[in-house]
Amino acid sequence: MSEPIPTADRKPRKSVAFADEQTVFDGNGETETNGVHHGDKDSAESHSKPAENASGDDGQVDEVTAMFEGLAKKKKKKPKMEDEEAVDEEEKPAEDDGELDLSALKKKKKKKPKAPEDDFEAKLAEAGATEEGRTDTTASAPETAAEPLTGVQDGDLKDGTGIWAHSSTAEVNYESLLHRFFTLLHDSHPDLAVGGGGKSYKIPPPQCLREGNKKTIFANIAEICKRMKRTDEHVTQFLFAELGTSGSVDGSRRLVIKGRFQQKQIENVLRRYIMEYVTCKTCRSPDTELNKGENRLYFVTCNSCGSRRSVTAIKTGFSAQVGKRKRMIK
Amino acid sequence: MYAAKPSHSLIATRQQRNGRKTLTTVQGLPKKFDQKKILKVIKKKFACNGTIVHDSEMGEVIQLQGDQRKDVQEFLIDKKEGLELDAKTIKVHGF
Repeated sequence: MSEPIPTADRKPRKSVAFADEQTVFDGNGETETNGVHHGDKDSAESHSKPAENASGDDGQVDEVTAMFEGLAKKKKKKPKMEDEEAVDEEEKPAEDDGELDLSALKKKKKKKPKAPEDDFEAKLAEAGATEEGRTDTTASAPETAAEPLTGVQDGDLKDGTGIWAHSSTAEVNYESLLHRFFTLLHDSHPDLAVGGGGKSYKIPPPQCLREGNKKTIFANIAEICKRMKRTDEHVTQFLFAELGTSGSVDGSRRLVIKGRFQQKQIENVLRRYIMEYVTCKTCRSPDTELNKGENRLYFVTCNSCGSRRSVTAIKTGFSAQVGKRKRMIK
Repeated sequence: MYAAKPSHSLIATRQQRNGRKTLTTVQGLPKKFDQKKILKVIKKKFACNGTIVHDSEMGEVIQLQGDQRKDVQEFLIDKKEGLELDAKTIKVHGF
């Protein structure tokens, strides 16, 4: 009798994940909000001490450091084993170094909780002083007193201070250079830099509020649209067509939908919207653009694989006259 | 606009004024079917009431009481007792 399963709700929903928290960074969102971040970052960098940059409050920088830590750790792993035996000797010069190295240690400690590889970090925390020793061996330099060779050296990359000063003759260590590389990469090619990090495409869950008895407010539509790189109007149109209702946009760009809707319903509709109008069918990348091509068709162009496909226009179903019979009589 | 897919059935549902009651509409059924007869079968099968509405844009639209989206979809695809439509041409709204 009913062997064909309803297709619509059995569709695989792998490509889209709704994140639980708001602070999600992804390839799409970041390219989108890039301008904003640049602003944040510049100010953050100029205000804060350069040493704090690495573990600064900016999400982007954090990401870079996280990546950078991951990379740097591999390098560090080897000398660590020897270091644990050599802690005692190595610690002494570290103490002599005084301020500079202490700050370096602080820096390290700040970074720790954010690091992805926990067990390794825990080990590091146990053998706290090993860090000091490790740097000495990795750098294999006797001039520890002059420069903190741990981690990122002091100096603001953007302002060209500290190690990055034009006139600076001090050797730039590997980690600083690596950090510089990722910072620059992140600035000029965010896609590439993020490609190494999280690839999942995340969208904050829709926030639904009830207004009165019959209206639902979709509060964060602007944010979601921004993340998807779609216009509000298009998403709104789709939502209305799918939910078979109408609505309006209120003063603070929230969408007021007529009718009672659960967050789940809206989430499902959004998911379908993403499947249909956002993800690239060829490479499943969400990094796409929706353009109006010639002959009034909409085209989705993929930014990562370059494919281009047409999408169906949003079809509004027949809007039946519901309720209010009086209005039907003309 | 709709000429590209002549047999594109659209099923939409909407919430009614009073509470949880809904209405299901079926539109864009192929012309070869007699809407009246279909409605009669559907009404019997789904145990619901319904009407045919003539719309200037959409042509004849079947309106059914209650949320019959799944039933209607199965009915349209069904080979034995249904209309044997291609599942791809059917679009269910509002899930």
